[in-house]
Amino acid sequence: MSTTNNASAKQPLLEVQGLKTYFYTEDGVVQAINGVDFTIHPGEVMGLVGESGSGKSVTSLSIMRLLPSSGKIVEGQVRLDGKDLLTLPEEKMVKLRGNEISMIFQQPASCLNPVFRIGDQIAETIMVHQDLNKREAWQQAVEMLRKVGIPAPEKRATAFPHEISGGQAQRVMIAMALSCQPRLLIADEPTTALDVTIQAQIFDLMRQLRDDTGTAILLITHDMGVIAEMCDTVAVMYAGQIVEYANVATLFDQPLHPYTEGLLAAIPTLGEMKETLAVIPGSVPNLIHLPQGCKFAPRCPYVKAEICTTNTPDLRDITPDHRARCYMRFPETAHHWAGVGKANWQFKGDEVLVEVI
Amino acid sequence: MSISLKAAAKDLLVVDNLKTYFPIKAGLLQRVVANVKAVDGVSFTIREGETFGLVGESGCGKTTVGRTILRLQPATAGSVFFDGEDVFAKRGGDLKALRRNMQIVFQDPYSSLDPRVPVGETIAEGLEIHGVTSRRERQDIVLEMLDKVGLNPYHANRYPHEFSGGQRQRIGIARALALRPRFIICDEPVSALDVSIQSQILNLLRELSHEFGLTYLFIAHNLSVVEHISDRVGVMYLGTLVEVTDRSELYHNPLHPYTQALLSAIPIPKPGMRRQRIVLRGEIPSPINPPSGCRFHTRCPFAAEICTHEVPLLEEKAPGHWAACHFVESVGNTARLQPAVVHPPENISS
Repeated sequence: MSTTNNASAKQPLLEVQGLKTYFYTEDGVVQAINGVDFTIHPGEVMGLVGESGSGKSVTSLSIMRLLPSSGKIVEGQVRLDGKDLLTLPEEKMVKLRGNEISMIFQQPASCLNPVFRIGDQIAETIMVHQDLNKREAWQQAVEMLRKVGIPAPEKRATAFPHEISGGQAQRVMIAMALSCQPRLLIADEPTTALDVTIQAQIFDLMRQLRDDTGTAILLITHDMGVIAEMCDTVAVMYAGQIVEYANVATLFDQPLHPYTEGLLAAIPTLGEMKETLAVIPGSVPNLIHLPQGCKFAPRCPYVKAEICTTNTPDLRDITPDHRARCYMRFPETAHHWAGVGKANWQFKGDEVLVEVI
Repeated sequence: MSISLKAAAKDLLVVDNLKTYFPIKAGLLQRVVANVKAVDGVSFTIREGETFGLVGESGCGKTTVGRTILRLQPATAGSVFFDGEDVFAKRGGDLKALRRNMQIVFQDPYSSLDPRVPVGETIAEGLEIHGVTSRRERQDIVLEMLDKVGLNPYHANRYPHEFSGGQRQRIGIARALALRPRFIICDEPVSALDVSIQSQILNLLRELSHEFGLTYLFIAHNLSVVEHISDRVGVMYLGTLVEVTDRSELYHNPLHPYTQALLSAIPIPKPGMRRQRIVLRGEIPSPINPPSGCRFHTRCPFAAEICTHEVPLLEEKAPGHWAACHFVESVGNTARLQPAVVHPPENISS
């Protein structure tokens, strides 16, 4: 996937291929992600967008191998700079986390240890991965706090997590995550719990740090506005699979997958003054009992049962930089939709468009 | 702000200088040492049939305003008039009769329904309290309400855990609607829902307002959602209203610096759209000890000396457009922010 000029070499930084992660629960096997493929280049900001149950968080946890005990990566490859992460022994993986790949989460306050000072927590990360003594690590921690825009960092470093706000806590997490200059930062809904004016500050910070350090970012969110503002490329996830994958400009300009189209039309956009919003009928499928064929078919206004509900479409290049998982777009089946106009998405909510077992 | 209490016959709700403080007690004798000034002098009116959006970030007091209006929270000062009647003066049977007309839809569809009661009974609860004694009649109304919100009759016997978040929110709406109120407060009704479910609920709320002639106070932190559904919008910051106007005017001509910053901070799903981003300095101050003068001065890119000691009043700067700022001036038939001072921006990106 070619990207903006922010990405340097063509050599990919992270390659995810055919990733499948299942959770083994009392109720059955939850197919959280079912074949995910994407590539991130150095310096690129890639967005992973989807709603509840789409599998976006599980994808990031799988890459980091931080799944809970009930989760297993059953198939696939994850390669960082060419080396396979899934077969790495755990000691090597520990060395990688916080060092080459870092991660920040949604609730920053719950990621910080309440009984240690902030400076100590950042210094801890530094000492684990670098050969510095306590004093040197502390100095570097203060520098990181300065870089992330915390005022009077020498003083703030002595504060405890409960003494700082949510926005500041997320800056501390970013400081911690970037303290060892990782190649990739995974940010899982980093601003969802923050106010929108604080969110703007955090994203400005992330962009600036990316420009300064060349760190690639995998940004996970449910907010299409954030994708438009921050990302170079975007993958839309639904029911454990990527259904569309493109450059940001291309995706917003011409969404190919019906789910993306519906999602964009369902969001109230500032300044557009729409009368009614698009409604995607039905609800997300049960990940234990997934429908046969295309997972979005039961909710798709373009569905043609004979074609869509037998086999799952694969994710294919429709144009060189734009992949979609939809029979309506594949050259060999597109003719069935000749003359079909744009759906108006005027549903009430609970409709089922096609019964799929 | 002076409110004409001989308000137009179309004004359904009049809020006058409302204050709600939460006392902080400390020490052996549990003396009140300070107050969280959640709502600190808020005044606005809502016309019948209108959807009034109240928007603001954490700690601005918007939820407390809603709860105080309904007397779910006692007010510290100020008054609320519903259809000309003093809400805070009502007692006993009169209060009950008033409450029939003022209902609420809560934010959390998971905690706002009694998990041990079938939803049909939850919807009917208000009916029973307000004297609809015939079981048959209650049942009929419940079925009618379920239908109006897009659910099926058999859903009445199910328990909340058997429904999705979006469906539970519909049940909450059915409950609020059952008594055919004139006024419904929607307190962050879609914040806990996925994007694709939000649109279902927003469309439903709009439809019901047309069908039943409802008046809404729509409280949310998401300005895009508020702008979509509201006729007029009030922007709150740290317990006070900083701007009030109709939604189109708010978007096209935001007067208050906070509103401008808020609008510029919202990520828009349109890549490549170049906007003038105003990044606010610092954090939202604590409502226990709000800044002197204009509460926003600690973060305002245009704060001048006067802002640190003189509280700007919410005034009508242009017809139908109210703002609380020393530097917003009326210019003919419109108004403009004319700052005297501009602080150098920090971390501003294009």
